[in-house]
Amino acid sequence: MRAVSHLQLDPVSVRRASRRPRTSVFWLSLPLAVTVGLVFLLPLTGLLPDAGQNLDATRQPPGFLDGGAWAHPLGTDKLGQDVLTQFVSAGRLTIVIGLVGALVAIVPGTLLGVLAGYFRGWVDRVISVLINAQLALPFILVALAIIANRGSSLPVLFLVLALTGWAVCARVTRSATLAVRERQFVFGLRAAGASETRIVLRHILPNLAGTIVALGTLQVGTAILVESALSFLGLGVVPPRASWGSMLASGQDELSQAWWIAFFPGLAITLLVLLVNLLGDALLTHHDPRKRRR
Amino acid sequence: MRGAGAPHPRTSEPENPVLVVGDLVVEHRNRSTGEVFRAVDHVSLSIAPGASVAVVGESGSGKTTLAMAATGLGARGTGDIRLLGHSLSTIGRRELRRLRPEVQVVFQDPHGSLDPRQSVRSGLRELRALQPRRTSWIEDAELLGRVRLAPEILDRYPHQLSGGQAQRVCIARALLMRPRLIVADEPTSGLDVSVQADVLALLQEIRASTGAALLMISHDLAVVRSLCAEVHVMYRGQVVEAGPCEQVFVAPVHEYTRELLAAMPGARWRSRR
Repeated sequence: MRAVSHLQLDPVSVRRASRRPRTSVFWLSLPLAVTVGLVFLLPLTGLLPDAGQNLDATRQPPGFLDGGAWAHPLGTDKLGQDVLTQFVSAGRLTIVIGLVGALVAIVPGTLLGVLAGYFRGWVDRVISVLINAQLALPFILVALAIIANRGSSLPVLFLVLALTGWAVCARVTRSATLAVRERQFVFGLRAAGASETRIVLRHILPNLAGTIVALGTLQVGTAILVESALSFLGLGVVPPRASWGSMLASGQDELSQAWWIAFFPGLAITLLVLLVNLLGDALLTHHDPRKRRR
Repeated sequence: MRGAGAPHPRTSEPENPVLVVGDLVVEHRNRSTGEVFRAVDHVSLSIAPGASVAVVGESGSGKTTLAMAATGLGARGTGDIRLLGHSLSTIGRRELRRLRPEVQVVFQDPHGSLDPRQSVRSGLRELRALQPRRTSWIEDAELLGRVRLAPEILDRYPHQLSGGQAQRVCIARALLMRPRLIVADEPTSGLDVSVQADVLALLQEIRASTGAALLMISHDLAVVRSLCAEVHVMYRGQVVEAGPCEQVFVAPVHEYTRELLAAMPGARWRSRR
């Protein structure tokens, strides 16, 4: 729902932003790529400390603080497990959840949005009612209802992410489709005998590619936030699996004694979502038709 | 329906009109207020093979709505439209798709008429894939030569074309289909003055060489006079005057036609007569 406000770009901010899209796309992608690379490659190097428990070394501060040891660069938790090792593997799960969570929202959302925008009529009316109904439901209520019913597991989490994300995607792609379908080349193709399916798949969708990529990026950020919120409430990722959200949740009891357990995952979520959202905005501007016109 | 069952539109008698519009009414309903706006109000016209017919009128007079409804591409109204003897109200969807290439439209905004994500070459390739038999008569390079474009244009994308070049590509795409009727909806309004005459000459030449009829939608009376033999003057959705160009322009009967002629910047030509 936050994403909507991102997408309603007023003309002034579009014009101002459009002067620096290419470079900003690059500089925003770079730290994201580095993060993803580190999280996936570090475990393979064997440099990370052992993941096991060590009750002799509980709540050790990070290496750069007094009393810390570089054997555990980010310290240890109440069971003596290395925070960095946990952080990296939790990051992996968080990123996977972000990507898959965005995908399961984008695919049905785009499909329904394009159908509604292109075919109008009763199809549009039915889909629009569904979109509005979905957007009217508070997501936490939906999530609670599903998780209370089905228990928490990764598939259930993806179901929740799909349900909470598709409506925004559908609404945006619907309005983008409305604009493209009235372009004259669509009439020209119809005059050449092209079928509606062909027009949608070969011409409408490619012309929406920029919007869809940008939406997908924003959706990654939303999915990570939703997952973190659910895990924080104990409804998302449950032990033995850990995500940044669940690390944050388990670290909150220790905040007064061992703040580093919750601090690093919290910081990581904030930066990751911020970067992803900025990248989504930059991509959206980059693909803005008003910029592409000439 | 006399012609509706004819399997091959191309075999219809040459003297049969390409397009007959009988008593067409097109209404737009405003969804929020429920108000009905009559864009086309009881319009009838007929276009013979190879004829050149113009519809003139100010913006909002219903010219484009008429053209889109008449070709079956836009909002359907009530009234009888016969395209090559097929009634659009009774024709099946598949048959309509087979009939459509017979009518090609050249739009006002040449850049909007080309998919921005397609190069000229892949656009033409798609048309050929859609209508393999109809389009096999000419090679890409030769086709572009017919609209006086160099073959280098083939690998360009629409945003790399000038307005005049893009409009020529649109005309080439229309020409490729060998249509019986070309609808030109303000084909020069989006172009520089220097290019307008070339594009008009091109349309005229294609009409002459292929025998396609031309339905010209315009607000520019000079353009209409240079290109068309017959003119329909539209005002608020109605045809207020129709007839051969010379007659309508030299001796306008309707008040609105007179106003339109008087408002023309190039009113000089009238004094020459």
